[in-house]
Amino acid sequence: MLQMKPESSGAHDFKMQNISLCGKAFVADRSGALYWPSEEALIIADLHLEKGSSYAAQGQLLPPYDTRETLRRLAEAIDRFDAKTVIALGDSFHDREAAERMESRDAEALRIMQNACEWIWVTGNHDPQIAQWLGGYVIDSLTVEGITLRHEPRGAWTTHEIAGHLHPAAKISRDGYTLRRPCFIGNGQRLVVPAFGTYTGGLNVLDEAFDPLFGGQAFAVWMMGQEGLYPVATRLLRGD
Amino acid sequence: MTSRMPKNNAPRKAAASPAGKRKPARAKRSAPDEPSQPLLPARFADWFASRGWQPRAHQTALLERAKSRTSTLLIAPTGAGKTLAGFLPSLVDLCKHKKSELKGAGLHTLYISPLKALSVDVARNLQTPIREMGLKIKAETRTGDTPVSKRTRQRSKPPEILLTTPEQIALLLAHPDAPFLFADLRTVILDELHAISGSKRGDLLCLDLARLRKHAPELMTIGLSATVARPSELRAYLIAQDAPDERLVLADVVAARGGAEPEIKILEDDEPAPWSGHSARYAMPAVYEAIKRHSLTLIFVNTRMQAELVFQELWDLNDDALRIALHHGSLDVGQRRKVEAAMAEGHLDAVVATSTLDLGIDWGDVDLVVHVGAPKGSSRLLQRIGRSNHRLEEPSRALLVPGNRFEVLECRAAHEAACAGVQDVALSRSGALDVLAQHILGVACQAPFDPDDLFHEVRSAAPYCTLDRATFDRVVTFVATGGYALQAYEKFARLRPEPDGRLRVANGRVAQSYRMNAGTIVESPLIKVRLVGRRGRAPSGARANTARPLMGGRVLGELEEYFIEQLTPGQAFVFAGEVLRFEGLKDTEAFASRATAHDPIVPSYNGGKFPLSTHLAERVRAILHDRRAWRHLPTPVSDWLALQDERSSIPKAAEVLVETFPRSGRHHLVAYPFEGRLAHQTLGMLLTRRLERAGAMPMGFVANDYGLSIWGRRDISEMIDQGRVVLDRLFEEDMLGDDLEAWLSESSLMKRTFRYCAVIAGLIERRHPGKEKSGRQVTMSTDLIYDVLMRHDPGHILIEAARADAATGLLDIARLGDFLKRIRGSIRHVALDRVSPLSVPILLEIGRESVGQQGREGLLREAAEDLIRDAMS
Repeated sequence: MLQMKPESSGAHDFKMQNISLCGKAFVADRSGALYWPSEEALIIADLHLEKGSSYAAQGQLLPPYDTRETLRRLAEAIDRFDAKTVIALGDSFHDREAAERMESRDAEALRIMQNACEWIWVTGNHDPQIAQWLGGYVIDSLTVEGITLRHEPRGAWTTHEIAGHLHPAAKISRDGYTLRRPCFIGNGQRLVVPAFGTYTGGLNVLDEAFDPLFGGQAFAVWMMGQEGLYPVATRLLRGD
Repeated sequence: MTSRMPKNNAPRKAAASPAGKRKPARAKRSAPDEPSQPLLPARFADWFASRGWQPRAHQTALLERAKSRTSTLLIAPTGAGKTLAGFLPSLVDLCKHKKSELKGAGLHTLYISPLKALSVDVARNLQTPIREMGLKIKAETRTGDTPVSKRTRQRSKPPEILLTTPEQIALLLAHPDAPFLFADLRTVILDELHAISGSKRGDLLCLDLARLRKHAPELMTIGLSATVARPSELRAYLIAQDAPDERLVLADVVAARGGAEPEIKILEDDEPAPWSGHSARYAMPAVYEAIKRHSLTLIFVNTRMQAELVFQELWDLNDDALRIALHHGSLDVGQRRKVEAAMAEGHLDAVVATSTLDLGIDWGDVDLVVHVGAPKGSSRLLQRIGRSNHRLEEPSRALLVPGNRFEVLECRAAHEAACAGVQDVALSRSGALDVLAQHILGVACQAPFDPDDLFHEVRSAAPYCTLDRATFDRVVTFVATGGYALQAYEKFARLRPEPDGRLRVANGRVAQSYRMNAGTIVESPLIKVRLVGRRGRAPSGARANTARPLMGGRVLGELEEYFIEQLTPGQAFVFAGEVLRFEGLKDTEAFASRATAHDPIVPSYNGGKFPLSTHLAERVRAILHDRRAWRHLPTPVSDWLALQDERSSIPKAAEVLVETFPRSGRHHLVAYPFEGRLAHQTLGMLLTRRLERAGAMPMGFVANDYGLSIWGRRDISEMIDQGRVVLDRLFEEDMLGDDLEAWLSESSLMKRTFRYCAVIAGLIERRHPGKEKSGRQVTMSTDLIYDVLMRHDPGHILIEAARADAATGLLDIARLGDFLKRIRGSIRHVALDRVSPLSVPILLEIGRESVGQQGREGLLREAAEDLIRDAMS
């Protein structure tokens, strides 16, 4: 890939990016999902299903299609990689009553995916408990091939970890434009994946919440565009 | 240089002296008309006489109309005593009024103006007749700046005359007390009506008028307006449309006599006007000389950015220590008030101002109006010239200062139009649905409503007189449950039916949220800028956590969030007339200290992009193609046009010129429709799509008021030559079909429009009870919501509302359609081997403009390729 001339726009395929973590090969997808080829597992975080209806309950009548849209995009990502396992890294449901509020059609869509794949719910702060009727395994964290998958990243110097929770987003300015997009952020030893949910916002990776993770050391980011996933030099990053 | 910087925007001698010394400016001299004594009680007649005045014809005409309670539109030029004419009927009526006859709180007259500052000024002027005649009438203002305690008191014990803004009326109407508050209301005076009607604010105000009539059926309205092209729209606005399907009912109209012809000059200096930009920096020495020759000069500019720049330039020239002040909308209220007071007291030589001073505020004795940059329409020009010399009998004097060479043509066209007294034609539009949604929620907050009754009430407001029942019901459903095809939110409904079929708000939280979010002005989020001294200043290079905390400091004003976002600590920018060093951002406030950087970065404010009005565009085209007229133009401009004639071509009036040429490795296609920036931006977007399909590999485009340039990687001249691009086909009207649809569905412009509609309609809360929502979160979630709605519910009423807005306001599609029709078969193409003279001002705008969604993906791609390049080197 690196042999291509940078000027030849369109020559690079930015649809997905290879990311190496503690010597293991992963593929970061432009949808915000992370695929682990050797495990045939798709990792997604922070679906926040039924966030729309959660707002509606408080009086703000956001369109009720966020769950449908999130599940549609998830099904697409599963198909793209032909994943055999799906690992949801916590905050899959926006609140404790969220699953009950799901439209039956959406619950059905979820069940169809679960029939095709092994399904693992890692719990998060929004969904510390996940009802049994939702199917799949429920677990606080799991370790596969020495890599721990959990919702909330641990403190400084933690390695061999993939987490969500922070909703990382990166902002760059070029030629007077400012772009702020969800992103993957990692340093080869640990990785935080973006929030997959349709109505989720983002936290700037320069926010102090990220400081303990990388201890002021180097990290890399991959920003989500409309058509691809783009590695961006950290010197281009701007705070909010 | 710093020592010459003003400490703030107020002049040095801004001490206020008693307002009573001033005469009410609106009625300085009277016309020699026959007075109608019976209409005027003795006390009033004596007062007029004591000042040596006689009531003017239109003032007595309004008193006459008021006698029969006839709603009336008064059309009068500035300086005709318009405001006094509006208030006279109320003052006279209030004299006869008995407190014992009151049914409610005693509020008699509402005065509504589009600007807070105007209400404050008019209230001040109104005190003079009230005091001098010894009338027992209380007149107070109510704006967003009024203290909460006073606002609460005004609801229970209102003054007889309340001067306020449309937003406050909406809030007052949504309060359960509204029937008591408005029970005695007799008159509503709508000042500067031409500036409100025809906008979303105007829609909301008209709905509120319909509501006020419910509380006070005897209500009379008086509209005050500058000369407008189509007064019937304003006349219909003022009264209830009782049979909207059959006829339009019009209020009565009174037109005041026009004053002397304005004296307009265009600054034609030896110094040639620059190729592009709007700052007119070149002309500042001449402007400075003009200020010296006059006693008070108002310098109008189109944007706040220009205001800052012009002010800065004038201060740099200010060797005579002239008292020059700055006045624009993002300055702190207190500072603006100081400038206004100083103007009124005659302590100033010049004020640089934007539209915050645009409307009928009249302070002091302005004897010259300078307009920097071309006025984008002749009504605007006439309005601004109206600032100069408020004595009708004497001509107003104005100086137009073109900012670039195209603006020389535009100023010329505006000059001709103003001399001919031509007015811009505002496009008629039907009432916005997002505004209706907000109104319906407000109505429900006041008391439960019957949908049938409300439908009739809404249709009595002129902008909504063609609204059909089905659409109204969809809007009600939207307010109640979101109106989604997937009916998931019945249990969360904000409106619930009573047993008798009326609808009421579900709970108190709904009303609270309405009050926090009412209004139709969706600004880019604003951030307060505070001036900090050395103490608060972070040592340069220090890490944020070791710097002393940023806090305190005087508020200089407010800046758009996106501008602050571009700054990094240590960068200089010009704001509030000072060069500032950005220190940092904390929560919702920005901190800055004084700096002395040369060549400062100037705020790029968003506001003030007015399209060239249609008839001015025609005049510009006419001047351009009429070679004989060139010799009346300044030499640099006529030379420029002659060079264009020689190197390329001058189009005929009915033609559009299209040039293609290579420049620094890119191939340009430049077209000159003269249809205004909005239409050109839309055209640019659509042409880019078409050129992409034709394989021309366009990379970007730029548009200004006069034309547009698209550039790409392929030799476009060659493609046209080989017939691979056919210009007649490229500019075919059908681009407004599928291409427009496809572009809209993916453009950020639609998202922005949708955001405005979503906020106004109450889908997204600007402020949520209990917690402040930051602008960024709003931006983010509306984009997401737009995408979701487009995919799952594209027929949703808010998508419909956003589309209607985009088509009229942001895209100028009607105008583009007319243009494409007009030029069919009249495209003159010239292939050149180098850049043409006429294209230079347009090409120079490259880099200042955005490219849209396509370009954004490119941005990420470039950033990523940068990284790859870094990795390889």
